[in-house]
Amino acid sequence: MTSKNGKDRLIIKAVDSAIDHFGENREELIPILNHVNRTLGYLPSEALEEISNRLKSSRSQLFSVASFYHMLSTKPRGKHVIQFCESAPCHVVGGREVWQTLKETVNLEEDETSPDGKWSLITTSCLGLCGVGPVIVIDDDAYGNVTPEQIKDILAKYSD
Amino acid sequence: MKSVRSMVLVSSDPISMERGAAQVYENLKSEIETLGLSEEISITMIGDVGRHDALPFVIVYPEATIYGPVKPENAQYLVEEHLYKGRVVHELQAAHKELTGKIAWVNARKGTLPAEQRIVLQRVGIIDPENIEEYIINDGYQSLGKVLSEMSPKDVIEEVKASGLRGRGGAGFPTGLKWGFVSGTPAKKKYVICNGDESEPGTFKDRLILEGDPHSIIEAMSIAAYAVGANEGFIYIRGEYLLAQERLKKAIKQAYDYGILGEKIFGTDFNFDIHVHSGAGAYICGEETALIESIEGKRGEPRARPPYPTSHGLWGKPTLVNNVETLANIPAILRNGGKWYRSFGTPSSPGTKVYTILGNVNVTGLIEVPMGITLREVIAIYAKGMKSDVSFKVAQTGGSSGSIIPASLQDTPMDFDSFQNAGVSLGSGALLICDENTCVLDLAKVLQNFFKKESCGKCNPCRIGNERAYQILENISQGTGTMQDLDDLAMISKNLFELSNCGLGQTAGSPIRDILNHYRAEVEAHIRLKVCPSGVCPMSGKRL
Repeated sequence: MTSKNGKDRLIIKAVDSAIDHFGENREELIPILNHVNRTLGYLPSEALEEISNRLKSSRSQLFSVASFYHMLSTKPRGKHVIQFCESAPCHVVGGREVWQTLKETVNLEEDETSPDGKWSLITTSCLGLCGVGPVIVIDDDAYGNVTPEQIKDILAKYSD
Repeated sequence: MKSVRSMVLVSSDPISMERGAAQVYENLKSEIETLGLSEEISITMIGDVGRHDALPFVIVYPEATIYGPVKPENAQYLVEEHLYKGRVVHELQAAHKELTGKIAWVNARKGTLPAEQRIVLQRVGIIDPENIEEYIINDGYQSLGKVLSEMSPKDVIEEVKASGLRGRGGAGFPTGLKWGFVSGTPAKKKYVICNGDESEPGTFKDRLILEGDPHSIIEAMSIAAYAVGANEGFIYIRGEYLLAQERLKKAIKQAYDYGILGEKIFGTDFNFDIHVHSGAGAYICGEETALIESIEGKRGEPRARPPYPTSHGLWGKPTLVNNVETLANIPAILRNGGKWYRSFGTPSSPGTKVYTILGNVNVTGLIEVPMGITLREVIAIYAKGMKSDVSFKVAQTGGSSGSIIPASLQDTPMDFDSFQNAGVSLGSGALLICDENTCVLDLAKVLQNFFKKESCGKCNPCRIGNERAYQILENISQGTGTMQDLDDLAMISKNLFELSNCGLGQTAGSPIRDILNHYRAEVEAHIRLKVCPSGVCPMSGKRL
């Protein structure tokens, strides 16, 4: 019971801080969702409920926005999120091989989260780092000119 | 700004930062202080320098010596040798033959590399983007001052029309005309929006401008607002560009502190406020009506047009939406005149264009050159030829919404009209150059996958058409395609073009149209012979 209350408190705190920052205003919905998503790692339904009450906006509307944008997730994600760029510029310079190795190394398919909650693997469209393709981004760190051989070392940096 | 003997610049794009550029900067700085050189040597973090082969870079002026990749532990030696004793540290220098981008410009002045023509990127990689004074010293806010004190809004629009500037977001709509539409719509409240939702695969020009010269966008938006009668502006930056967002927010704050934004700007009656709005990851939000929906806090689904945003835009008010690169041209045009701008480029597409060069070439990076240059020239001069001398097969322009350009069109001048006459499009300025080892079917499949994922799903031709086209391409790549599939692809492509609601759907059919037009034999080989001539496709015999 306490842990549930703890989770609720965290959610309320995240929503409070986002609304304090951007204002209790329907027009600021996307920045608010972005902020909560960054704090909690995803948008739990309790958070959407709370935001919906505070902004006096229906849950269905909120869910329609939350499910539209790639950077918002309504499902829990792993501790570390690996984004792989699958756009053409990275693809033609060896992205295909990197993707294969990446999938095998973390043992996940696209849009999956590992059972221990450590990794989420998602694909993304161009990140604007095409000069150094193939590119992967883990959390907020970008890695360029990635080769299949480097994957293991890169992932090892996230040992916690 | 005090005068200094040497200027040290450290690159600070995302990759450099990941590789310890901040520590390099700190170490260089403390070493300069230790040797008592702080008074005569300035050190600055700059944006992306347009070259990515040896990050992070440290560039020392006035010699324009380029070091890279520099590690934090190299700092002490570098400062002692180059800045204290005046000896270039050859072992840390970046390779010469791979120079491109801003550095190409520096070297062009020294006569070692082909020249570029920099208007949009004139300050990128040279000034500290976080210091408004450096912008002001380099002709910054001069045009805004001139516009507010000497010109009427009508004069400004006439000057932009005279320059012949066309929108750089991809469609090439005449900028002056668009400004005229917004200005001509009577309303008490109007908005100016800078479209920085750059998401076309292979395009990162706007990121460089936003990160490297944020004040140029503030100045251009202020000029645009004065011209069309707006007093509020939004800069919509894609959610992934965190550094660009931070830089813009800092720049806006500085502009307020200097009285360049806010009320009674330069003592006139002109008021203007700018807000930064972050995207949340949706390619479709680069479409102007979807972008407006997104600023209003909704799903980024394009509106039906007409009415156009110029009369019914943000919250129903007349709204001017311009791309970052388009806006970055404005201060220079107002400073030097429309006639000056027409001295670059071709008669129908004046000015310069920023291209990102990518793919199987020796030098990737970013160039700004006059409109009308050909693909052959880009590959030979700026990209330094194809990698490993494998011959050029196909280029893909302008991110996903551009065209697949066969080698036979490599001598067509790259401007809006020449490309349109050749049945292809320039797009946003990405040039993905692919060699003979590339399979066009595989390339089309990657592009179709992009559209399939990025379609907002509002209208059927796009939602269903892209999904179906991808399945067919997948089947052909597995060796299980039929000749009927080719007719289906042609039909889907036609439907996408004719029936989709917005620009995304209308261009989503171009990869399949282009490969059927130019590479039909190669596609048929996948079906008739069950062979991928380039040896790329899996050909496993599984059908979706």
